[in-house]
Amino acid sequence: MSTHIGITDIYIFILAAFLGYQLISRVPSLLHTPLMAATNAISGIALIGSLVIAGENYNIITNILAFVAVTCSTINVVGGFLITDRILKMFKKKPTHPS
Amino acid sequence: MSIIQFCYILSAISFILGIRALSSPETARRGMSLAALGMLIAIIGTLFNQRIVSYQWIIAGLITGTALSIPISLWVPMINIPQRIALSHAGGALAASLIGIAEYYRYRTTLGPMNVGIIGFEVVLGALTFTGSLMVAGKLHGLFPSRPITYKGQNIVNITLFVIMIGMLIYLILYPYVNFIFYTLLSLAFLFGVFLVAPIGAADMPVVIALFNAYGGLTGAAMGFMLANHIQIITGALDGASGFILAILMCKAMNRSIRNVLFGAFGKMDTQEQTAISEINDKQAKSLSIEEALQFFEHAQSVIIVPGFGMAASQAHHALREFADKLKTNGIHVKYAIHPVAGRMPGHMNVLLAEANVPYTDLFEMDEINNEFVHTDIALVVGANDVTNPAARNVKTSPIYGMPILNVDQAKKVIVCKRSLNPGFSGIENELYFHDHTWLLFGDAKDSLTRLAYGFKRSW
Repeated sequence: MSTHIGITDIYIFILAAFLGYQLISRVPSLLHTPLMAATNAISGIALIGSLVIAGENYNIITNILAFVAVTCSTINVVGGFLITDRILKMFKKKPTHPS
Repeated sequence: MSIIQFCYILSAISFILGIRALSSPETARRGMSLAALGMLIAIIGTLFNQRIVSYQWIIAGLITGTALSIPISLWVPMINIPQRIALSHAGGALAASLIGIAEYYRYRTTLGPMNVGIIGFEVVLGALTFTGSLMVAGKLHGLFPSRPITYKGQNIVNITLFVIMIGMLIYLILYPYVNFIFYTLLSLAFLFGVFLVAPIGAADMPVVIALFNAYGGLTGAAMGFMLANHIQIITGALDGASGFILAILMCKAMNRSIRNVLFGAFGKMDTQEQTAISEINDKQAKSLSIEEALQFFEHAQSVIIVPGFGMAASQAHHALREFADKLKTNGIHVKYAIHPVAGRMPGHMNVLLAEANVPYTDLFEMDEINNEFVHTDIALVVGANDVTNPAARNVKTSPIYGMPILNVDQAKKVIVCKRSLNPGFSGIENELYFHDHTWLLFGDAKDSLTRLAYGFKRSW
């Protein structure tokens, strides 16, 4: 827990938002579904915050809250990357016939 | 600089490169592997954080999460991807919300106004995103009725609730230690998510999913502010930007204003006031048989296929691809025209066609292909309706007036695969069906396409 909001945090947020706008604008609509799955996976970074709270072992209430948070974000991280890869694997330049 | 910070910088770089790689299908997979590696580095780095004193809850959470993620990622069919994505928005938002609650619970006596403001923002947005996304998933999966749930005075109830929540948040910033207000606010936020999505119909879900993606991102960024964790701020901002851009694109594709979307539920289009298009009622729609349709295709040079969600719902995409392959091997140019809202989430239709083995080089966005309809012999519409309705261009009273559509009506011949003449989602009559050069091929799309593929022979 930080006791104050640093001005650098706000700079980082603004710059990252602009960067995000530039990056996402270049993603073709062809890949918008995998993009969503990918941002989902990446937003699972909330896991690292949850990990710290879960590891602090403050008391049973925070432990349970953090355990659920760790579980949910792990689902997003592992599941997000798995499903993004599964979708991207299907996009092929030439038709292939597995049979 | 500590080793943990170094790990976070590496993973931030990998996320940015990963998203950049999504600008082309050729680099996308490699980019995502890099991003996954970056995530792994961040997680391993975090485990060495000195604040961590015991690992039992961490290990339990990691194992449970991994075990649960396998079935909902590897086995979910592609047609259900939208509800799967909505579910993970719910999960991510819940995680951020719970961490916010844990932090408030532990530090509430020492928190300054700024901290409580951030925690309150995170918890409220997380909670409403959680229940809202669950509603979205439920509606998409057919657990709740997909039509809008409305009642009298709904807007007033929602706005009042919103104002009360803002008021409580401000009160909390002034008096951070008042427990009771915090938990009431939390419950109201959970409730508000339900209220927000209830009046939105399934047809508007692409916008709502994207919007909750953005909310989830902002929740994550707020969590980053709270924990003074820069990488969470960065990913939150990226995620938020992505969600908002997609929401705006979806809005444009449906001709809804941004404000209309931001206050989504409040501004639901009133389809009741649509006026019947009287002059087309005396015209008769023409139907044709499989054999007649085959004759058309046998004399065609170029075909544009216009798929809609109806095609995927009746599992016709594999049959469609087989028919298209047959046309192609006989020297006919085949392209697919994809409207931005053809599926249930941004880009969904592309995924469904890719699943059916359609090469992505055959898939064209609306703006790329709209000028080509004029030179096309046959436009084959399978399960799409409103996105082909010329009324959007020229009937000012139509509820979809102004919505960008595919210029299907400009093709030399139009063949529409349809189960019946019933209007689509929005309940609007499609005047395309009554044009002189439009023929309707009645029947189950999968069955019709299979028979077309089977019967097709080049006659010359």
